[in-house]
Amino acid sequence: MKVHRRGIRRLVVAGAAVIALAAVAACGGGSSNDSASGGATTGSSDAVDAALKAGGEITYWSWTPSAEAQVKAFMAQYPNVKVNYVNAGTGNDHYTKLQNAIKAGSGAPDVAQIEYQALPQFALPGSLADLNQYGFSQYESAYTASTWAAVHAGSGLYGLPQDSGPMALFYNKEVFDKYGIAVPKTWDEYVAAAKKLHAANPKAYITNDSGDAGFTTSMIWQAGGQPFKTDGKNISINLADDGSKKWTGTWNNLVEGGLVSQIPGWTDEWFKALGDGTIATLPTGAWMPGVMESSVKAGAGKWRVAPMPTYDGQPATAENGGSTESVLKQSKNPALAAAFVRWLNHDEGVKPFLASGGFPATTADLKDSAFVDKASAYFGGQKINQVLTAAAGNVVKGWSYLPYELYANSIYGDTVGKAYQSKSDLNAGLKSWQDALVTYGNQQGFQVNP
Amino acid sequence: MSTLTSPLRPKRSKLLTGAMVLYLIYTLVPLLWLLLSATKTQDDLLSTPGLWFGKSFAFFSNIKDTLTYNDGIFLRWLGNTVLYVVVGAGGATLLATAAGYGLAKYKFAGRRAVFAVLLGAVAVPGTALAVPTFLMFSNLGLTNTVWAIIIPSLVSPFGLYLMWVYATDAVPHELLEAARIDGAGEVRTFFTVALRLLAPGIVTTLLFAVVSTWNNYFLPLIMLSKPNLYPLTVGLTQWSNQATGVGARPIYNLVITGSLLTIVPLVIAFLLLQRFWQSGLSAGSVK
Repeated sequence: MKVHRRGIRRLVVAGAAVIALAAVAACGGGSSNDSASGGATTGSSDAVDAALKAGGEITYWSWTPSAEAQVKAFMAQYPNVKVNYVNAGTGNDHYTKLQNAIKAGSGAPDVAQIEYQALPQFALPGSLADLNQYGFSQYESAYTASTWAAVHAGSGLYGLPQDSGPMALFYNKEVFDKYGIAVPKTWDEYVAAAKKLHAANPKAYITNDSGDAGFTTSMIWQAGGQPFKTDGKNISINLADDGSKKWTGTWNNLVEGGLVSQIPGWTDEWFKALGDGTIATLPTGAWMPGVMESSVKAGAGKWRVAPMPTYDGQPATAENGGSTESVLKQSKNPALAAAFVRWLNHDEGVKPFLASGGFPATTADLKDSAFVDKASAYFGGQKINQVLTAAAGNVVKGWSYLPYELYANSIYGDTVGKAYQSKSDLNAGLKSWQDALVTYGNQQGFQVNP
Repeated sequence: MSTLTSPLRPKRSKLLTGAMVLYLIYTLVPLLWLLLSATKTQDDLLSTPGLWFGKSFAFFSNIKDTLTYNDGIFLRWLGNTVLYVVVGAGGATLLATAAGYGLAKYKFAGRRAVFAVLLGAVAVPGTALAVPTFLMFSNLGLTNTVWAIIIPSLVSPFGLYLMWVYATDAVPHELLEAARIDGAGEVRTFFTVALRLLAPGIVTTLLFAVVSTWNNYFLPLIMLSKPNLYPLTVGLTQWSNQATGVGARPIYNLVITGSLLTIVPLVIAFLLLQRFWQSGLSAGSVK
């Protein structure tokens, strides 16, 4: 009963969105087709250029640190466009408001920041405009393969990548030198380093992991796992596939052996532990240097960057974090909104973003020698971007997130998180996560693991 | 037996005193931590022990930074909170007083029904109603306006219940009859006679309403998406969440100093209105 009603409501919402878009297209004498009702279609960017010329007013929700500067620069360049910038919250607060406004049918911004992991959740029910209608598929070559894949859901293109987060191993060289630890190239060496470090100093840990859904999914991604597959209303979830097993095979050693610190990420305690050597390494996204430089001042000069350890010694990594800017279906001026997105993440907007310490998704910037060969004082003069840009080219292909990834992340602590707490088998935790996700997906009107 | 000792000279129990002292420490340590932490820079917060001063004394620069960060948005949030409290909690108290008095002193059809609805309303937490309220306000076009916070704040079932119970005992029927015989209208009787007798109850209700409006978090969180309408609670959380994820910019020192500044008005309100509060709480207990 419930399943049906929810399913129907979803369809109604999606249908309403389709109708709304069709109406907008009609008003503009639209030459474009609505791809949500059929396969991918490509249009041209004429409508976008015309909208930019005509001007108007749009609203932009984002928590990107450079957003305000970008909006100012955009309005200076296009004085006839007014962009109302709103920081509606970080992460989940932002998504809650966005979801509420979508549900209510009004109040959503024209353009919103959406993390890659959350994109399918907004794109698949039809809340975002497909940018193929403006011919944005022509920009494919400007972005890394992994971020270009991340802004797609099905055949639709729902944004342009703002940044990327290819993972690398950040390590505290001072701690490594003190205890005679070599930089691990494989995960086996990493586990050995964890044992050696913790035995030498019981207060020090190789890394912290109290159970983080984003980290887990990225690690399974790196191991070659593809636990989530979506095709229309059909979803398959398999958190016991080869990649997932490969990851738990390594990570169980650390969790069951009590070799990882339980300090939760992004807390004051965590920032402190990064500075004082309690946490010796961080396998995380390439955007981390900006955060460390501004917020872990005590770690200056101590940290270095190395490629991610792998299972077989061959280079392979995954993406962790990163966002896109998307145009909402609710937008009354989607062509102008699309023009703003194009400026932000393809044209002049990229520079202020990089200046604020962001890590690019644009191949031109990733190849720019001024960027690649820049020595970082914080990292002891190391040219860290050489490591990080190389990582951007080694991202394992074929990953996708669930169309209800935000919900999945929110229940991760009640399932896999329990395995972390009791220092027990992660496979059992992943199993209970999967069971909960299958149940929820079916309630939401999907066909999960039929 | 303790019941035999005179109430004027209560016997001292070392055990109870000890327990009380422990409890006092338990409640004061977080406050002490807040005070000490507000004197630290962001770096000191991460590098020095929590329950003592840091290397530098940054209390005043923290206050200055808190008040000026993001073009002084903190002051804007403070102003919003005051507005929501004055209009929302003030209005809620006025409505609860008038309605409580009316229900206590007038007999009319449907009183029992009102009582049943009221008890039901007290039992439902406001948080559970936040999302339906949001959808309703969204249809009215009132989200993202101050009314989205003020109108729901005007409704205080608990305050109404409190005033109803209080008015039943505090305002004698005989007095109202005397006022009527002397020719005072009902409205005049309410404002000149009843209101004074109800004062302790009103203050109690006001305090409850002020505290709940001042601390209101979930409703403004979902109703508002414009930061310049936020109250302090939502604004400070936004500052705190800024420390998360890609592009994290932690400003814990400002979050802590902001929290300290946020509780100061509440502490003052409690100290000033404490005696009303006490007399209100025990009202009707000896009858």
